[in-house]
Amino acid sequence: MTSADTPPAVTVSVTVNGRLIRRPVPPRRTLADFLRDELGLTGTHLGCEHGVCGACSVFIDGRSARACLTLAVQVDGLRVDTVEGLDQFEEAARLRRAFSERGGLQCGFCTPGFLVTALELLRDPDAEKPLTADTVREALSGNICRCTGYQGIVAAVLDAAAPPDSADS
Amino acid sequence: MKPAEFTYHRPESVAEALALLAENPDAKLLAGGQSLLTLMNLRLARPSAVIDIGRLTELGRIFDDTGDLVLGALVTHRMVEMDPLIAARAPLMSDAARYIGHVGIRNRGTLGGSVAHADPAAEMPLATLVLDATFHVDSASTGRRQVAADDMFVSFYTNALAPDEMITWVSVPAIRPDQGWGFVEYAHQHGDYGLAGAGCLLTLRPDGTVGALRAAVLSVADRPLLFVGDDAVGQTPSERLWQDLGEDWARRTEPAADDADYARRLCSAALTEAMTDAARRAHAYRGEPDDLS
Repeated sequence: MTSADTPPAVTVSVTVNGRLIRRPVPPRRTLADFLRDELGLTGTHLGCEHGVCGACSVFIDGRSARACLTLAVQVDGLRVDTVEGLDQFEEAARLRRAFSERGGLQCGFCTPGFLVTALELLRDPDAEKPLTADTVREALSGNICRCTGYQGIVAAVLDAAAPPDSADS
Repeated sequence: MKPAEFTYHRPESVAEALALLAENPDAKLLAGGQSLLTLMNLRLARPSAVIDIGRLTELGRIFDDTGDLVLGALVTHRMVEMDPLIAARAPLMSDAARYIGHVGIRNRGTLGGSVAHADPAAEMPLATLVLDATFHVDSASTGRRQVAADDMFVSFYTNALAPDEMITWVSVPAIRPDQGWGFVEYAHQHGDYGLAGAGCLLTLRPDGTVGALRAAVLSVADRPLLFVGDDAVGQTPSERLWQDLGEDWARRTEPAADDADYARRLCSAALTEAMTDAARRAHAYRGEPDDLS
């Protein structure tokens, strides 16, 4: 395709991890590639690129979504939060600590997606509390881990939901 | 992979979207993108233009002031799953929505998008079929028409819409106190494509016999397959009745699966379970009509 045939870029304004970004993007650019290749936010990982593995999960206006199944032009005017921006949520630090303590990761490829999905569950006012292993497994069913397995991940999310040392938190 | 190049349009009104659709016969409508962008990433779809209707927030609303439940085409699966009004008026839809992909998919994917995509394994086509929903469809050239769920699903990924038509609203008859519903889906893992699944809406007469019965199955044909249990009308609900109907209906399916007999057994079990659940709930409602309020 010659450059004359290339569809025009679309200017997008999006708040990523609290920072307002404004730049033209080709319509075909996925949000995942926009975050990684244009903004250098490589914490969002790309596995399957068709919505199965969950590694590219990010928050769009506070709800988890597949960045590979979202076009950058679709988030114009919206708020995107990636794994790099999770510290704005008070649960993030203890969730990461629990993943470390429980061995909830090995190679780490899937971890950003798990953190985003788990954080949404921890913060979901509609989720039945206290969380059980079954509800955690169902909520995380869209994130695939191919090395360490799910036992440690589920245990970590349950720990973060009800920290053993601080029952009042 | 990444999508091929396309021209991007983001209309700000339904009328503008319809005009764009009429001008671009090769365009695809983009709602939540959870099916379309998968196909585009895999280059199974290469539309020359994409019309992003995701900002038509008017189509994200939910009404029940006509007796029917009226849902905008952009109501997300997560809204269907969590909305208390939908849970009260169309609990089969809330139940079925929980099986659509995963939370991140349900946050973006829409009712109208799933219906238009017409995947034979999808939950919302099945639910709208069982509930005898009506789709309100608009076009710049022919105006508005209604399409019954019975007529919408033609074959694999093929709906009954003309190229310039767009689903805008979905009317779902609200559940009544003499009705019960059931939905089951079997998959290797929650959120995977169902190997088989079934939904059922059962109406009981005042004497407790079957007044009407609609059931449908997913994943065992080129479209969600509806069964209307006219033979069951007047019969007394029993486990045996559901089993016989489930086996009979499953025998009539032509699953594309490698092991068609296995798929039929799953289909039979899913139908039986959905009808059993529907009967239990219909009886419970009859005992406690206040449950519906």
